[in-house]
Amino acid sequence: MKGCIFNIDNGYLEGLCRGFKCGILKQADYLNLVQCESLEDLKLHLQGTDYGTFLANEPSPLSVSTIDSKLREKLVIEFQHMRNQAVEPLSTFMDFITYSYMIDNIILLITGTLHQRPIGELIPKCHPLGSFEQMEAIHVAATPAELYNAVLVDTPLAPFFVDCISEQDLDEMNIEIIRNTLYKAYLEAFWSFCKEIGGTTADCMCEILAFEADRRAIIITINSFGTELSKDDRAKLYPRCGKLHPDGLAALARAEDYEQVKAVAEYYAEYSKLFEGAGNNPGDKTLEDKFFEHEVRLNLNAFMQQFHFGVFYAYLKLKEQECRNIVWIAECVAQKHRAKIDNYIPIF
Amino acid sequence: MTMKTVLGGTFLGLSTTTILILTLYHVFTGKGERISFGWFLEKTSPHLWALLGIALSVALSVVGAAAGIHTTGVSIIGGGVKAPRIKTKNLISVIFCEAVAIYGLITAIVLSGYLEDFTWDLVTKNPFLHAKNWSAGYLMFGAGLAVGLVNLFCGMCVGIVGSGAALADAANSALFVKILIVEIFGSAIGLFGLIVGIYIVSKVQMGDKLH
Repeated sequence: MKGCIFNIDNGYLEGLCRGFKCGILKQADYLNLVQCESLEDLKLHLQGTDYGTFLANEPSPLSVSTIDSKLREKLVIEFQHMRNQAVEPLSTFMDFITYSYMIDNIILLITGTLHQRPIGELIPKCHPLGSFEQMEAIHVAATPAELYNAVLVDTPLAPFFVDCISEQDLDEMNIEIIRNTLYKAYLEAFWSFCKEIGGTTADCMCEILAFEADRRAIIITINSFGTELSKDDRAKLYPRCGKLHPDGLAALARAEDYEQVKAVAEYYAEYSKLFEGAGNNPGDKTLEDKFFEHEVRLNLNAFMQQFHFGVFYAYLKLKEQECRNIVWIAECVAQKHRAKIDNYIPIF
Repeated sequence: MTMKTVLGGTFLGLSTTTILILTLYHVFTGKGERISFGWFLEKTSPHLWALLGIALSVALSVVGAAAGIHTTGVSIIGGGVKAPRIKTKNLISVIFCEAVAIYGLITAIVLSGYLEDFTWDLVTKNPFLHAKNWSAGYLMFGAGLAVGLVNLFCGMCVGIVGSGAALADAANSALFVKILIVEIFGSAIGLFGLIVGIYIVSKVQMGDKLH
């Protein structure tokens, strides 16, 4: 019954999204890519995959940044194609996905203006999924309140920003706090939106978003060691929709070094596995990579069920991971630094 | 909140009030015995019930088949964008949904075959004819309702499995035959309704001259 009703509005897009997902590179493709001698080779191999001739019109000395922007462009076109055909509530869901890119863009622009960079130079660096009309006006803002009143009040991010208006001025530290506060509000709103949709969407998305929230909480904690961020301020930045909420977050707020964070994670079966074997020694995977791997696993699980919105989110995230992988391999090939070329995160 | 809840609420509220007012009116004016299900069932014509059964069997089956074809169809189209090879093979899923509508159609035709004219006065005076004709009406209603509901849900079931089959086929063509088997079993449950429906009406007799 639910499947029939779901398919009336969203069946076509789900089929399309799954079709796009089948184009994600397989292990065999990666094995071909890592053996490339030059970027031209890489281009040739990518032509044999779902990417096709996306680099065909590029002039010959290919740079990694061109590949990166072209990969991103293709992903954005696919995503916006689906977004343009979506109807409620899928359209709101897909808008929610783009808000995270908006947050990144705002932070990028504020940081850029803080360092006296011209706005015209910064705009092309923004993620196209998160672009909005008022973006170019962002350099007029000197305080968070101005930023809110002049720029953000008309964007969908306005309700998330309310918590940050009280900050005094825009400096390096405050920008980081604003980014995390925005992200926290965004994640919590997205989480409750998915809960409201209910059904399989809630089952699958809440799992992914809970992990995202916990990952942010852990990373904020680890990064805050040795900075002037007080423990109370730090605790305010933790998104409260993850599995760590409430006991784990309280314990994280008290943590003073990496070992204590690890001890907190020990209480959670899935996170303790990630901390095991993670380290900075050669041969070890970094904690960040472990998190990425776990994220890929969760996103793949979204495809195990039908008739829910999670596939759209999961597709975007998997494809993004793939772009990071290709760029990593391209970077290694371009710099002839093959020792770490296998450090990409396999998807299938 | 939404249009759906507003309309549903209005309809439910209005009908409840109407029924309540009518009931109270009859009770308070000394005509309470008129609110009688026995009277209602006895006085309605068996043709009404028989035709309701026929209508339900074909209508609900078609709704089920339509829901199924829609569910399957959009997935075939969506999956077919990146894997055009699935479009011909997966027409089988659409045919399975179509079969569900045909079960309803067969039942409706079989039921229509039992419809006979009778003279109201003659039949109501003869208890044997009365019982035969009235039971025929209710049997046909029951058979039609059973077949209709079975096929409604069978159509949805086949549609959902067919949608999965299309997407699975698009991802990996080796899966198609395996899911097709699931679909065949899903389609078979519609046949149960048809069998039971036909069996229910096997003793039906209508008309003036019965023995």
